[in-house]
Amino acid sequence: MIAFLVRRLLQAIAVMAVVAFCAFFMFQFVGDPVNQMVAEDATEEDRQYLRESLGLNDPIPVQFAKFALNAAQGNYGISYQHKRPVAALILERMPATLELAITAAVIAALLGVPAGVYTGLRRFGFTSKLIMTLSLIGISLPTFLIGILLIYLFAVILGWLPSFGRGEVTHLGAWETNFLSISGIKSLILPAITLALFQMTFIMRLIRSEMLEVLRTDFIKFARARGLHNRAINYGHALKNTLVPVITIIGLQLGSLIAFAIITETVFQWPGMGQLFLQAVQVVDIPIMSAYLIMIAFFFVVINLIVDMLYYVVDPRLRIDQPGGGGGHG
Amino acid sequence: MTAENNQPLLSVRNLRIEFPTRRGTLVAVDDISFDIAPGEILGVVGESGAGKSLTGAAIIGLLEPPGRIAQGEILLEGRRIDDLPYEEIRRIRGRQIGAIFQDPLTSLNPLYSVSRQLTETIQTHLSMNERQARERALELLEEVGIPGASERIDHYPHQFSGGMRQRVVIALALCAEPRLIIADEPTTALDVSIQAQIISLLKRLCNDHGTAVMLVTHDMGVIAEAADRVAVMYSGRIAEIGPVQEVVRAAKHPYTHGLMGSIPHIGHHVDQLTQIEGSMPRLQEIPPGCPFNPRCEQVSERCYVERPNLQVAEKSEVACHLFDAPGLEVRAGD
Ligand SMILES: Nc1ncnc2c1ncn2[C@@H]1O[C@H](COP(=O)(O)OP(=O)(O)OP(=O)(O)O)[C@@H](O)[C@H]1O
Ligand SMILES: [Mg+2]
Repeated sequence: MIAFLVRRLLQAIAVMAVVAFCAFFMFQFVGDPVNQMVAEDATEEDRQYLRESLGLNDPIPVQFAKFALNAAQGNYGISYQHKRPVAALILERMPATLELAITAAVIAALLGVPAGVYTGLRRFGFTSKLIMTLSLIGISLPTFLIGILLIYLFAVILGWLPSFGRGEVTHLGAWETNFLSISGIKSLILPAITLALFQMTFIMRLIRSEMLEVLRTDFIKFARARGLHNRAINYGHALKNTLVPVITIIGLQLGSLIAFAIITETVFQWPGMGQLFLQAVQVVDIPIMSAYLIMIAFFFVVINLIVDMLYYVVDPRLRIDQPGGGGGHG
Repeated sequence: MTAENNQPLLSVRNLRIEFPTRRGTLVAVDDISFDIAPGEILGVVGESGAGKSLTGAAIIGLLEPPGRIAQGEILLEGRRIDDLPYEEIRRIRGRQIGAIFQDPLTSLNPLYSVSRQLTETIQTHLSMNERQARERALELLEEVGIPGASERIDHYPHQFSGGMRQRVVIALALCAEPRLIIADEPTTALDVSIQAQIISLLKRLCNDHGTAVMLVTHDMGVIAEAADRVAVMYSGRIAEIGPVQEVVRAAKHPYTHGLMGSIPHIGHHVDQLTQIEGSMPRLQEIPPGCPFNPRCEQVSERCYVERPNLQVAEKSEVACHLFDAPGLEVRAGD
């Protein structure tokens, strides 16, 4: 287990180093930041001074070393556009994105898993077929369209829910949360559903096909032949055996929920990291772009690590057979 | 042991299993009847596709749709069980009729320890608390001959070898002391060197517990070793059924003859190795009359038009027109 963890950590560090390198290279190739920061009539001296103070005149390896060191400490420099530390800007926006993504993931899992189990068990039932047909819509409609349709229905026509923004947020130290006020929760509903819809149908279809697969296996047949209760067979034996692939996918999906929240945040004017990133792209605010890239990569890597560790919890075969994984099994 | 002295444990009457398909109905098991006495081991042999597994599945109510019982009945100790509601047949499975399948490597849930699977099964059928169930699980593992059972009990299936896993499977099937076990090719997937051990284990356990077995196999050696009686199946029908010595040594049906001919090591000398030409017809192509007629060396005109029924011939029953007229002896005993 320890050896496995160390190996995975090293891999994670390698991935992060590559990503950092890409992020760093954006500085070299995308536009000249100085142009964005100075007034039209600035003199060459002003420009030189700015370059020097931003460290843009150092040799490239030195710049990268500085960059990586700073990044590892959470220091991503000053936004060209906002003239404030990027880390602070991102940290301000992060709660909004994380709350949106996690709410969406919870909705997707809470509805997707049971729907997948249900349609897997009642393959030929009318309800199953209906759910499967509806899920096609969820999988094929683009997110922004779903968002706009939901806004039209629930905000414009029915007027039940707000169509944009976070509503009223509560401050918990530095963290601004949506969960502690009615208006905050109401504001969260539409964007979370929009973001969740694709993942939900995805999880449902995945679980369904995995369930169909597992239900055909010999050990399920043998479990039936032993007269176990249906509940124990379907949930204890079958569903648990679908978990390994499902955990993988849900984990990766959580990463993409955070990454692809950009679209939903734009549609709902949600003040999250995605929106910050999109504004940064428009004005080529490279410190923000590179920090965002690193952040997203970091989320993916962390989620992957967690997923790998969950395998160990779920599947005993990994616990023993993997070299170095033996040790403390009881 | 014979079925004559008391009520049969299991009685299959005129069982017919069909698969409705777009191009008509396929009849996979066609009007078969047989009994199993308490404690008796009935061997079931026949070529691949003869309907052995389907018959076993029908008995424990595990036919997979679209397969269905189209006719006939299955009686357990005189009580009809083929038309029971789901919950009642579930309670019979494992408790009264156990089952063992071909592949021990895939019969166990890889994610649960052996003790978890045993105690779950025990507690489903017997009112025992966690500790009692675990004790029973341990006893069972010892009984099926797992060395170091008290440590192995918490291991996972992948930590056992194939033979050991099949022992665990047998322990699982015996959990609630069923009266009958359906063992569908329990050793086919195992190493040859282990097959004999598993068969003799099964035989010993069932003898100790008075459990009857329907032992499906391709291996005539296994039949000769373990079975009390044998049923020979062909194209979804029973060609011949009778005491094992009778069927093995003095086969009556020409098909049984062919089968026995291909088994050299059953104790008595076979001077000609009969090989049956051709193969069993597919379900769509079963000919009228006797299904064996295209391959039979002693075929007569009647065999093409009239289906032979099982009838008593000496100590066994045979479905062959050769035995219609009393006293007509053909080939038997040479
Ligand atoms: N779902 C199905 N649809 C159509 N035919 C089927 C289906 N399942 C089984 N059959 C047919 O039923 C017949 C009997 O199958 P069964 O599995 O009982 O054979 P078996 O005697 O156990 O053979 P084996 O020795 O290979 O295990 C076969 O001809 C098979 O093709
Ligand atoms: Mg079979």
